[in-house]
Amino acid sequence: MPADTVSVTGWGRTAPTTARLIRPRTYEEAAAAVRDCGARGGIPRGLGRAYGDAAQNAGGTVFDMTGLDRIHAIDADGGTVLCDAGVSLHRLMEVLLPLGWFVPVTPGTRYVTVGGAIGADIHGKNHHVSGSFSRHVLSLELLTADGEIRTAGRGTPLFDATTGGMGLTGVILTATVQLQPVETSLMSVDTERARDLDDLMARLTATDDHYRYSVAWIDLLARGAATGRAVLTRGDHAPLESLRDGTRARRTPLAFRPSQLPPAPAFLPEGLLSRRTVGWFNELWYRKAPRARTGELQKLSAFFHPLDGVPHWNRVYGRGGFVQYQFVVGHGQEDALRRIVRRISEHRCPSFLAVLKRFGDADPGWLSFPVPGWTLALDIPANLPGLGAFLDVLDEEVAAAGGRVYLAKDSRLRPELLAAMYPRLDDFRALRAELDPRGVFRSDLSRRLTL
Amino acid sequence: MKDAFGIPQSLLVLGGTSEIALATARRLIARRTRTVWLAGRPSPTLERSAADLRALGADVQTVAFDALDPESHETVLGKVFAEGDVDMVLLAFGILGDQAHDERDPVAAVRVAQTNYTGAVSAGLIAARALQTQGHGSLVVLSSVAGERARRANFIYGSSKAGLDTFAQGLGDALHGTGVHVMVVRPGFVRSKMTTGLPEAPLATTPEAVATAIELGLRRRSETVWVPGVLRVVMSALRHVPRGVFRRLPVQ
Repeated sequence: MPADTVSVTGWGRTAPTTARLIRPRTYEEAAAAVRDCGARGGIPRGLGRAYGDAAQNAGGTVFDMTGLDRIHAIDADGGTVLCDAGVSLHRLMEVLLPLGWFVPVTPGTRYVTVGGAIGADIHGKNHHVSGSFSRHVLSLELLTADGEIRTAGRGTPLFDATTGGMGLTGVILTATVQLQPVETSLMSVDTERARDLDDLMARLTATDDHYRYSVAWIDLLARGAATGRAVLTRGDHAPLESLRDGTRARRTPLAFRPSQLPPAPAFLPEGLLSRRTVGWFNELWYRKAPRARTGELQKLSAFFHPLDGVPHWNRVYGRGGFVQYQFVVGHGQEDALRRIVRRISEHRCPSFLAVLKRFGDADPGWLSFPVPGWTLALDIPANLPGLGAFLDVLDEEVAAAGGRVYLAKDSRLRPELLAAMYPRLDDFRALRAELDPRGVFRSDLSRRLTL
Repeated sequence: MKDAFGIPQSLLVLGGTSEIALATARRLIARRTRTVWLAGRPSPTLERSAADLRALGADVQTVAFDALDPESHETVLGKVFAEGDVDMVLLAFGILGDQAHDERDPVAAVRVAQTNYTGAVSAGLIAARALQTQGHGSLVVLSSVAGERARRANFIYGSSKAGLDTFAQGLGDALHGTGVHVMVVRPGFVRSKMTTGLPEAPLATTPEAVATAIELGLRRRSETVWVPGVLRVVMSALRHVPRGVFRRLPVQ
């Protein structure tokens, strides 16, 4: 099989390392690649949207799974799909929307693979209602270190280690996923502003349950009384009768028409996103949002994946790249959340489009990120002076509140904190030691955090 | 593995009693570094340096390493890399010599050249190959402004650093695209035990300042770092000063 030696980074474009990239086109090729991947092991990679080093493997092999991208079977009545793990959510939407089905969970980008969605156990704006992606996975087939293919059903240790397992239990080959029925490809969206963090949390707590999808964009550069001011956008799939007769939308209610701008140029100077420019952007974003608006019809892509409209948007951070920091703290830890938001605001992190969300019940994945509570995600340019030490302080605060950071976004966590954040870590390590005694599956993430 | 800011978790120092290296190690330990190998000639100073770093919370081990014995480098460094990935190798050994004395004692002059240059060629090549095998890591080479333009007062030392500097630049180009990052650090006059008693040159700096510049260079994945940064401009000008004028400059 041809292999290229390439430099690999995550979406944040920090910490590049070199690996042999192999793109299997059949399950047999994938099994052969796993069996012959050499002393430094291998790790599956999808579309490279994990921000940190989860899908890189210095000196070893990276399996590019996007070559295995067939949709095998769709049950259009029961709403399930059986597909290869290399299929993207974008592809699933193209195929399934005309049939009246939507993916059960989508993150902020539809350019992730099904395998990546399971490996990171991703969540979306509907987590408080629908849980994480793995809740909708009925079964999966896993290529393990011995080169064998195993079926993992719900409730088995292998399933729970694999969902959220960051690709370290094996290569997911196929998955059967339960879908969400929809009548249209539009969203009915309510928008409102919250004047500060307390107002925001109160609104989310009071009325989140009325909506299937809910998220708040929060201005982390606002200070003083406005600290934590936010724009809430919440909604659900628009029912057919909400579309006006005679419109194109009504005639073709299930058409999938994402809009796309030209990609960001390959070379952009660093420092485009400074405190000043991001401050202006955030001010504008907050001001342009209506105080309260209900029932606005939006495209799926505008509601779920606004950044997908600009391919390679990660380039705007320049050569230095950026760090995404996402943590969750449980209900009852609102004070910790307030302290962290105040710290970020005082530190003047130039972070645009930071997102706050209320999580619902957790799913059983051992390293699955979501737990009931509050999650905050923010992007920060990696060249911000003192950022490493500042995020370490936030980690301590998060860990002390019983919270955790999201491994799919991590590129810098202090390894000592991991066990406190993920109590099932020892079970995960034990299962890996048994299933993969030679340590075939390894990534830069697993080396850095000794997963 | 290095984190998003280029901070290593494991560090191998070649020249484990170098003040610049120890200042760098202290700085990195304060951030992420947990495993440190101090390679150098066995001595109480080396053990004391290790103990100091251990007190900061790192797991520190010393390794017997002699720059003047290139035949042994493969074995010594091989053992370190066999214990696990090394995220950063800091090539910090070097001696200043005594210019006036060494001009009359060619054997001593050759020892300066062998330590600073040929010893570094051997250790640098071996470290580079090991880093290349693991597909990641930084090789940080302590060069000097003395290698940028020959000065009457220290040209034996300067010529050895010139060789080292050119070697490290070429190595960096050779390793481009392999995942290994080579960074050449060119400090000016550093106030340390190596320079005690010498007249201080303009733009003098400290081991701590060099350590800070190294940490910044790691984050930026810089290929050349001057300490202080203004030396980049100063040396760029000095490089073009005609010999006759340069001889009469007070920097001699």
